[in-house]
Order: sequence, then structure tokens, then C-alpha cells
Amino acid sequence: MKRTPLYESHLKYHAKMVSYHDYSMPIQYDSIINEHLLVRNKAGLFDVSHMGKVEIYGDDAHSFVQQVVTNDAAQLSDKQVLYSPLCNEKGGIIDDILIYKIDTKKFLFIINCANTEKDIAWLTEQAKPCKSLKIKNVGDDMSIIALQGPSSMEMLENTFGHNKGMPPKRFYLDEFLFDDSRMIVSSTGYTGEDGVEILIDAKYALKLWNRILEKNEPAGLKPIGLGARDTLRLEACYLLYGNDMDETVTPLETPIDWTVKFSKDSFIGKHALLEQRKKGIERKLIGFVMANQGIPRHDYPVVKNGEVIGKVTSGTFNPTTKKGIGLARINVRHARIGEDIQIQIRDNCCEARIVKIPFYKRELKK
Amino acid sequence: MNVPDELKYTKTHEWVKKINGKEVVVGITDHAQEQLKDIVYVELPPVGRELKMGAPCAVVESVKAAYDIYAPISGKVIKMNQELKESPQLVNEDPYGKGWFLHIEMSDPEELNRLLIASQYKEICEKET
Repeated sequence: MKRTPLYESHLKYHAKMVSYHDYSMPIQYDSIINEHLLVRNKAGLFDVSHMGKVEIYGDDAHSFVQQVVTNDAAQLSDKQVLYSPLCNEKGGIIDDILIYKIDTKKFLFIINCANTEKDIAWLTEQAKPCKSLKIKNVGDDMSIIALQGPSSMEMLENTFGHNKGMPPKRFYLDEFLFDDSRMIVSSTGYTGEDGVEILIDAKYALKLWNRILEKNEPAGLKPIGLGARDTLRLEACYLLYGNDMDETVTPLETPIDWTVKFSKDSFIGKHALLEQRKKGIERKLIGFVMANQGIPRHDYPVVKNGEVIGKVTSGTFNPTTKKGIGLARINVRHARIGEDIQIQIRDNCCEARIVKIPFYKRELKK
Repeated sequence: MNVPDELKYTKTHEWVKKINGKEVVVGITDHAQEQLKDIVYVELPPVGRELKMGAPCAVVESVKAAYDIYAPISGKVIKMNQELKESPQLVNEDPYGKGWFLHIEMSDPEELNRLLIASQYKEICEKET
């Protein structure tokens, strides 16, 4: 089992550790409900060092990135960040990633931990024609610490001083020095709150983590586990690879259909996705809220008029509203906001309603 | 970890307390609630349901997942804790008191002898953690 550089600190904070893919990670320190609400109301600190990190560099880097992602990286300025699926030729989603553009010749992909080997194999295969391109797994060299919540910007300033650790705006990054180490601060996250994700040399990660905690614990900052990270992302309707999408699903069948930019000359999967757009989709990912008690979970059947019309892809108890919420992939004929559906929980069909997503939205700083 | 001496236990973390004659009250242990943490939903079998020792009879859900609870003893459900419907957190707050699950009329009181005593149960928990 792999450990992140922050492992000892998690134990010190009495984390309940679980095996998450190859890593031993903190699922919760206290209660998931309290941790969720702390991030919504103040701020929390996450160890997300398990995320995969891949450097792509060389003269062809820019055109290569444009070819492998469905979103449009052409307009990105240096130090800008873009979210995109990676699709295969059939339009199936191989992974969903964050693309950090360091400059035209250097990109950093933040990918899902479980997909690291698959993605690198895929990217390496696609890169064969580009002689000068290098694809490098830097997953173990760098750690990622996420500071998320409405107070996160004040806490950053409190840690590093005025303007010494803040990226200019959402979906941008900036580079700073922390002691002798370069750190990349990216104004992104997976919680639906304002905040940053900080990439740092693994050797400096524990020092940075402790510094942020020491400086901000008096203001209420606490470490937050992956349990609350999951409820936060689901409430904000950020998709989870492996649950809400995989290679059998195309982006057009999900709420991230906006990440497919058909205006681009070419990209892997464009032909299949154009065909699908022409024919129309048959299934769609929707959000629903339970009418009564009962908590939806991954793979529970979705029922309408006694007929199974789809499956829950993610479900949880929402700590903010104290209701069961979920995402489900269902037959597009029923995918209408306001439509009543049922979720089969064990032997019971429980009432639910399709609602507008996200379930939660904070006005983020531009 | 609180393991009262007067109760009997299962290795699947349920407790049993004899009240009178054939009637017992059952619930889940302090160790179990501590492991599950935030309990947000409890699904209990209806009054009248016949339970078989060791078979799943209830479901407890934390934020993260659903867990089966096994009947610690065979018999008929004669009372269920209605309060858990609105206040599932009682299981976290008071697992041996207000967080009780069911009253059962035992069909075979001899089964009580097959349950663990406090010291045996404690040993199992210590091995787990």
C-alpha cells in the first residue's frame, strides 16, 4: 500500500484510513457531516496527493494536447487551467482531467489515480508520431494539497502573505516559492467552493501542510477526508470517473457535454461524437432528490411505471439538506426536470424527483 | 470502547439484553457505531417479522455506505424503535440506551448460550483495531 508524504499527519489527526486504489488515504477524521459543513461554511484542507500527474512537453506539446482532449486548448494562455475529458475513437471517456498549461511547450495533466497506467499507455500510444514529445509520470514526485472553502483565500494570505500565494482568478495557476521549493497554486477544486489546489515537491509537502494548518487552525481550519470530498463534489455535481462515467459513456450523455468543442478541426473521438449528436442521445445523466427518507447508492435501479429506466451512478446523504441525492443515467425520454421517478432501495421503490443540477452552487469569484 | 458486562454480543457487533421470560432487546454496539460514525438512516423490520439468528434483519447507513445488521437471536419482532426513523443519530449517541433497535420474543432461548460474553467480545474488537 502506498502512502502519501502526509500519512503520519493523518494518523496524528486520528484519521480513519482506507485503501483507495493503491493508496492508504484518510476517509474521515471526525464526522463526514461536520467535515462537509466546515468546507461549506469556512474551509478545509485535503490531501489529494494520490491524484495522477503527467507532464507533457516538447515542441509538439500544444498540438498534441489539442488532439487528445475534446475541449479547446487553443485559446489557453500560459498558466491557465482547462477541464476536459480524454476520449477514445468511439467517443467513450477514458478519463476526465485538468490540463495545466505551463507554456506552449509544457503541460501538466492531473488525472484520476485509478487511471494513471491506462492514461499514460494511451497518451504514449497517441504520441508515437510526435518524435520530440515527452510524456512523463511525475505522480510520486509531487503532492497535491487542496485548500477549499469560503475562507480559503484569507487563509492563503494568512499563510504566505499578501499576494504571495494567490493565482489571479478561477482556472488560473501561478508559481511561487515555498522555502526552497517551487509550488504551483491553481485556483481549482472539487468541492464547489472557492479555493486552490497546491502542487509541491513531495519532499516539501508535509512542511507545507503543517504550515497551512498551524497558521489557520485558530481560524477553524481542519483536515478533511475523502468521504466529505465525495459528498461535496456530488452536491456540486462534479462527476466522478468510474461512477458517473467510463469508457462506455460519451460526454454528450453527461452534464459535461459543454466540454466537447466541435468547432475544433480534429480531435480523437470527434467523428463518433458528431454521429451521436446527429442521431441524438439515448441515455442521459440527471440529478434527483429523494422525496422521503432512504439513501440512493451507486447501481441502484431507477424505476418508472414499474419499468427499470436506468441506474444510479452516484448517491449519498446530503449533509447540507439532510436528504438523499444522486445522479442517475436514465432513458432520455424520462430525463425531464420535475419528472417523478422511483429509486429501488433494497426491496422498496422510493419516490424521487428529477431536479435541476447542481444541487448546490456558490457564486465563485471570477 | 464501552462493553457493558450485563449484555451478550455477536461477532458481527450486535448486543442482546434479556428483559424477562422470552423477551430481549437488541441493538448495535458502541464499537460498531464508532466504526460507522455518522449514522443517518436505520431501516428496521416490521413488528411481527420472524427473524433467524445470523440472517440480515436491518440496515444501518452512514453517509458513506449501507451496512447489514444481523439478527443476534431467532424470534418474532414485538417492538421496534420508532424514534430511530427521525433521529438515527441516537445510535451514535446512546447505542445501549435510546439507540436500541428491536424487542424480540425469542423462539429458542437456548440460543442465548451461543452468544459472546463481554470479555470475549472485547477481545474480538481489540483484534480488529
